[in-house]
Amino acid sequence: MTKQKNICEKGKYSSLRRNDKMDLKEYIELVFSDYTLRTITLGTAILGAVTGMLGSFAVLRKQSLLGDAISHAALPGIAIAFLITGAKDSNTLLLGALISGLIGTFWIRGIISKTHLKSDTALGLILSLFFGFGMLLLTYIQKQPNANQAGLDKYLFGQAATLVESDVWLMAIVTGICLFVLLLFWKEFKLLLFDEDYTKTLGFNTKFIDILITSFIVLAIVLGLQTVGVVLMSAMLLAPAAAARQWTNSLSVMVALAAIFGAFSGVVGTAISASQNNLSTGPVIVLVASVFVIFSFIFSPSRGLLFKQIRFIKNRRDLQLHKTLAFMHQIAENHEDISHPHAIRILNNFHGYTKGTLQKLVDKNYVILQGNMWSLTQEGFKTASNLYNQTDNE
Amino acid sequence: MNSAQIEIQLIASVVAIACAIPGTFLVLRKMAMISDAISHSILPGIVIGFFITHDLNSPLLILLAALTGIITVILVEYIQKTGLVKEDTAIGLVFPALFSIGVILIAKNANDVHLDVDAVLLGELAFAPFDRLLIGETDLGPKSLWIIGTILLITVTLLIAFFKELKVSTFDKGLAASLGFSPAIIHYGLMSVASVTTVGAFDAVGAILVVALMIAPAATAYLLTTDLKKMLLLAIGFGVFGAISGYWFAHWLDASISGSITTMLGLLFLVVYLFAPNKGLISVMYREKQQRIEVSLLTFLLHLKNHDEIEERHVNHLNEHINWRKVRSKVVLDLALKNNMIHIDTNIVSLTEKGNKFTSQAIDYIITNEDAQIEHMKDDFFLFRG
Repeated sequence: MTKQKNICEKGKYSSLRRNDKMDLKEYIELVFSDYTLRTITLGTAILGAVTGMLGSFAVLRKQSLLGDAISHAALPGIAIAFLITGAKDSNTLLLGALISGLIGTFWIRGIISKTHLKSDTALGLILSLFFGFGMLLLTYIQKQPNANQAGLDKYLFGQAATLVESDVWLMAIVTGICLFVLLLFWKEFKLLLFDEDYTKTLGFNTKFIDILITSFIVLAIVLGLQTVGVVLMSAMLLAPAAAARQWTNSLSVMVALAAIFGAFSGVVGTAISASQNNLSTGPVIVLVASVFVIFSFIFSPSRGLLFKQIRFIKNRRDLQLHKTLAFMHQIAENHEDISHPHAIRILNNFHGYTKGTLQKLVDKNYVILQGNMWSLTQEGFKTASNLYNQTDNE
Repeated sequence: MNSAQIEIQLIASVVAIACAIPGTFLVLRKMAMISDAISHSILPGIVIGFFITHDLNSPLLILLAALTGIITVILVEYIQKTGLVKEDTAIGLVFPALFSIGVILIAKNANDVHLDVDAVLLGELAFAPFDRLLIGETDLGPKSLWIIGTILLITVTLLIAFFKELKVSTFDKGLAASLGFSPAIIHYGLMSVASVTTVGAFDAVGAILVVALMIAPAATAYLLTTDLKKMLLLAIGFGVFGAISGYWFAHWLDASISGSITTMLGLLFLVVYLFAPNKGLISVMYREKQQRIEVSLLTFLLHLKNHDEIEERHVNHLNEHINWRKVRSKVVLDLALKNNMIHIDTNIVSLTEKGNKFTSQAIDYIITNEDAQIEHMKDDFFLFRG
């Protein structure tokens, strides 16, 4: 009965999709009334939140590209799970993906720790080799006389539209477990992130914590394969975390922010792709997340490029001012009366002199201007002598 | 074998060689993941190029796409330079964004573009012989063979012309800079070659296989040799082997050729990873075990030298005194006996003259912080290794 209803509503949804444009209000109403749209929006939001959370750890541990390798490495697992069971049940396929992703991860670690190959080579190797093998299996499956095989390629680029309620439940449960484990081992994770050796000396089993956090990262990636696909999954992991990193130096705030950014990217991405024709959800979500990153890179108050540039210019101006003042001080030192007037033209650009800097010095009451002459005030002289030789003054 | 089959194998082999050369340098310069980024981010370049030229094999498209590859590298470096995120995060942020733009461009114009994301990512080697270069009426062979052949020729010419510069700048950046080779020019030159090769090869074998063909043969070769020339030759050999064996594997299985080539490369890497004489997993594990036993042996000998008391040297007390639970003390004892370092007299262990000499020398090295010398000493003293 409910199934029939679902199909019915899916029909309604797709008919709505055929209408090219929807306005925002209509869309928001639809999110609450339309079954499919609600499921997808909820699914991408949860996915964004959990990947953002776990992605923070990946970014801070300098394992950003691990996500890329894992998501590609999951592909053969999906194909093998299908070959063994012959069923297209998404949970079975995701289990296969999980196992294959874990094998890939541990092989990468094996290569890095046991040979002299560097981490980038190990990542690139596993990524491309597993993915190639997965493609081989997928094309092999496509040639099989089995009507059930269509649609496996949705795992390449993801199809949020295929999400059903049980998938969202699975995501929600996994997110819950993630959150629980994260809170339970919060102190250990934090320690491991910032000082691994110290963690070891404190007697924590670093190997266990390490495997735990890596496994959860693999799990989050695998969950997203159906929605975003293997190719773009790594961005879901990185982008919210990289954006969140710009706003804070505290781990807990960063994790929370990343979760929020991730969820927002999911919701906004779904909204944009649903309101337009021919837009797959995965790439749109990734682009929305990228916009978050660019915005954070530019406008974050403490680390952002804009404020950094403003601070840089301000510092340079201050330096120019100091240079002029120091030069004036040098001249004034040679005279008995420090307020002895001098011609403006002996100042030049090389000493950071411009009309503006001189005016600023006057405003600060360091210098007095009289026609074409300037003279240092008592205050200006004192400030200038304190500028560079702080040690001499003591 | 019919002529199409020969042509496919020829194209695959040429692509493998063209990829192996820049790949070797990427692996040595720890930039392997850049090739992955480039292979994804050329997609928007290809799409825009296709809008303009309507021909996947046009040189303009190759140039445009290669330009996107170089833009990726520049973007990654710019983001990295701001210090906001680390290099790997920068790579991971840039290429999915560019790739998404490509996918969306294709999707929005699906009606007028005969371009498939799958085709870009995976290629289809089996169709390569059907797209032929015709001048007038003469058939000059498959187009993609000409394209990748030209790229290979350029790559080889550049390799021979700048071999010394590449070598120095790969292994000693400071020296290269002080000798007057601009690191930036070599860096961007290599990146350009990698981009052009990726673009030239994607049509035939797909973007992901390009990554595999660049990294896997080079990494496999790196496990076997540390000589740059040998590594290049080995990488080329492995690439060609993967290409040809992969083709026949795909033929037998009736599946994607590029996937099968990657799989063969993967198997090859697995075999070398396990069995390489010095750097393979098995020989590394064996060496680690040997070292562990030999370190225990040294500890044991030092203990004997420190203690004259009989109760400290009783065989049964060894376990308690040197806290060996993990390493079986019997193995160590046997090794010491075999090497004539100790003799056992009614369960009391004592050093022989040779053991005494060995231990004194070892102590000398340890207190002067030259522990590495002990390795050479072992060669002189040991008849049997652990």
